[in-house]
Amino acid sequence: MPEAPRATVISQSSKRVVPARSAFASRFADGGFRLVIGLSAVSVLAIVVLIGWQLIAHSDLSLKQFGLKFFFSSNWDPVAGDFGALPFVFGTLVSSILALVIAVPLSVAAAVFITEMCPGWLRTPLSFLMELLAAIPSVIYGLWAIFILAPLLRKFVEPFLGKYFGWTGLFTGPAYGIGMLAAGIILAIMIVPIVSSITREVMTAVPQQQREAVLALGATRWEMIRTGVLRNARTGIIGGVILGLGRALGETMAVTMVIGNRPEIAKSLFAPGYTMASVIANEFSEATDNLYLSAIIEIGLALFIVTLIVNIIAQALVWASTRGMPARAQA
Amino acid sequence: MSNGAGTLRVQRISWSRRAIDNLVTTSALGASILVIVPLVAIFGYLLMKGIGSINWAFITQTPKPVGEPGGGMGNAIVGSAIILGLASLVGIPLGIGSGIYLAEFGRNKFGNLVRFTCDVLNGVPSIVVGIAVYGLVVITQKHFSALAGGVALGIMMIPTIARSTEEMLLMVPRTIREAAWGLGVPQWRTTLAVTLKTASAGVITGTMLAFARAAGETAPLLFTAFGNQFWNLNVNQPTAALPLQVFVYAISPFDEWHRQAWAGALVLIILIVVAVTAVRVVTSRGMYRAS
Repeated sequence: MPEAPRATVISQSSKRVVPARSAFASRFADGGFRLVIGLSAVSVLAIVVLIGWQLIAHSDLSLKQFGLKFFFSSNWDPVAGDFGALPFVFGTLVSSILALVIAVPLSVAAAVFITEMCPGWLRTPLSFLMELLAAIPSVIYGLWAIFILAPLLRKFVEPFLGKYFGWTGLFTGPAYGIGMLAAGIILAIMIVPIVSSITREVMTAVPQQQREAVLALGATRWEMIRTGVLRNARTGIIGGVILGLGRALGETMAVTMVIGNRPEIAKSLFAPGYTMASVIANEFSEATDNLYLSAIIEIGLALFIVTLIVNIIAQALVWASTRGMPARAQA
Repeated sequence: MSNGAGTLRVQRISWSRRAIDNLVTTSALGASILVIVPLVAIFGYLLMKGIGSINWAFITQTPKPVGEPGGGMGNAIVGSAIILGLASLVGIPLGIGSGIYLAEFGRNKFGNLVRFTCDVLNGVPSIVVGIAVYGLVVITQKHFSALAGGVALGIMMIPTIARSTEEMLLMVPRTIREAAWGLGVPQWRTTLAVTLKTASAGVITGTMLAFARAAGETAPLLFTAFGNQFWNLNVNQPTAALPLQVFVYAISPFDEWHRQAWAGALVLIILIVVAVTAVRVVTSRGMYRAS
């Protein structure tokens, strides 16, 4: 029997034939089922809209008072009620870029090793270890960074960098251990798994014949990887890198624990800084007056919009290079 | 990868190209090792520094004031369990529901939109989710609560669960669905009792991964669950959580608290690993191996 139009909005026309027996009951149940399932799908959209709406609604006060100059002023004075987010924007950008500079070569190299070079028996354990790195909670990274990484930087790495690369201006000043460099490094460690897993995925999507063809032309393995694999996978790799950037921009706990939390703009990477996410984490619950709270929420709004844009670009690139098969949600 | 048996070599590869090849292979190997080093270091230090402070008191008592030795994170462990339970109530049904939608009805524009939004939601910083839930729940309730924390973590679970559920359901062959329809089974029953059941091992694994991720989340709890020094079983009251407690202790200036932070972190990671492994073992028995 032909199907009557269904009651729900989210139906996709199906050509299935519903058996005549108890057709009414089962169509009713099917309709209900589709409605419930459809609603949960709609909830995903609703949540994103709701988040945006909440952020806008609660940052209203600060949006009105400061306007765009909020992001270009570096005065953060809760007592006087004057707020500018420039140092936080600066801290977020610098720490994330630093993280990318460290993490991208490592992740791509590791992905190349895992997909193209390592013996088969090693592939699964290695990927597993990488996934495990992604499963460690951020607060544990932070804990480790405070007590192990920062002293290491203070005693060995920073004096070394200061001595030999101090002339660049990036590595000057007292070596606290805690600071922008520590934040960049811990962020790098945290985004390696995601960049690497997406790189692996897009590299695996490159057809095997491509490799064989290049090898047959007499290429060495590296030449094959460079011309046959990496070149084909580059869109997806860039997508993975941008996804990693999105993670780094929004990462809160580990960064808050090691960046030093001082709203200043310094050229030296040894100096403490502050990021958008960490100012929210630190000051949200102590923000007493409405304008203060609203300014902090506006920083959250900015973070939301930026990560939204970054993620949309990244997903589009990854989707494009895995041909519609979206990247696995890493976890 | 070995490039052929190398039997018929017409022309020798020049030494410079060979040298570059070797150099690249070595650096790729080096990079892989370098990437694994922090993992080993983190687990090593967790064990080394945490194990000494874990004892019965640690997992059963509440925190002691500064200066008094002893005390523990019992309330934080229970608090985490409550918050995660609430988060599962929010995140698992919505996540699996969306996953079913994407796999079974989602081959259209709206499906793509939902899929895309899921991936985007996955990238929204957790602290931002925290702010939104603060606005939605905490302001409405007028105080911090485990409920708010649960909603925040639940939202964070949805995208991961939805996408992995979709992926697992799509791996179930279409013929199995058709067989059920052929028997006159209505669609809702086919989906729940046949498709979802066939894919259940994979779906549960994905759910556990989301759960594990939520278990370690700290940022959204800062101003939703807020933390608590005492026992609390009321979902409408501020509640302690293990990662939150670790954070507070780690940034404190007291050595005793640092020790407890390491111990708390160790307990947290053990709980996560045990939960994930247990479910893996239980579900991998006698079912369709989806993953």
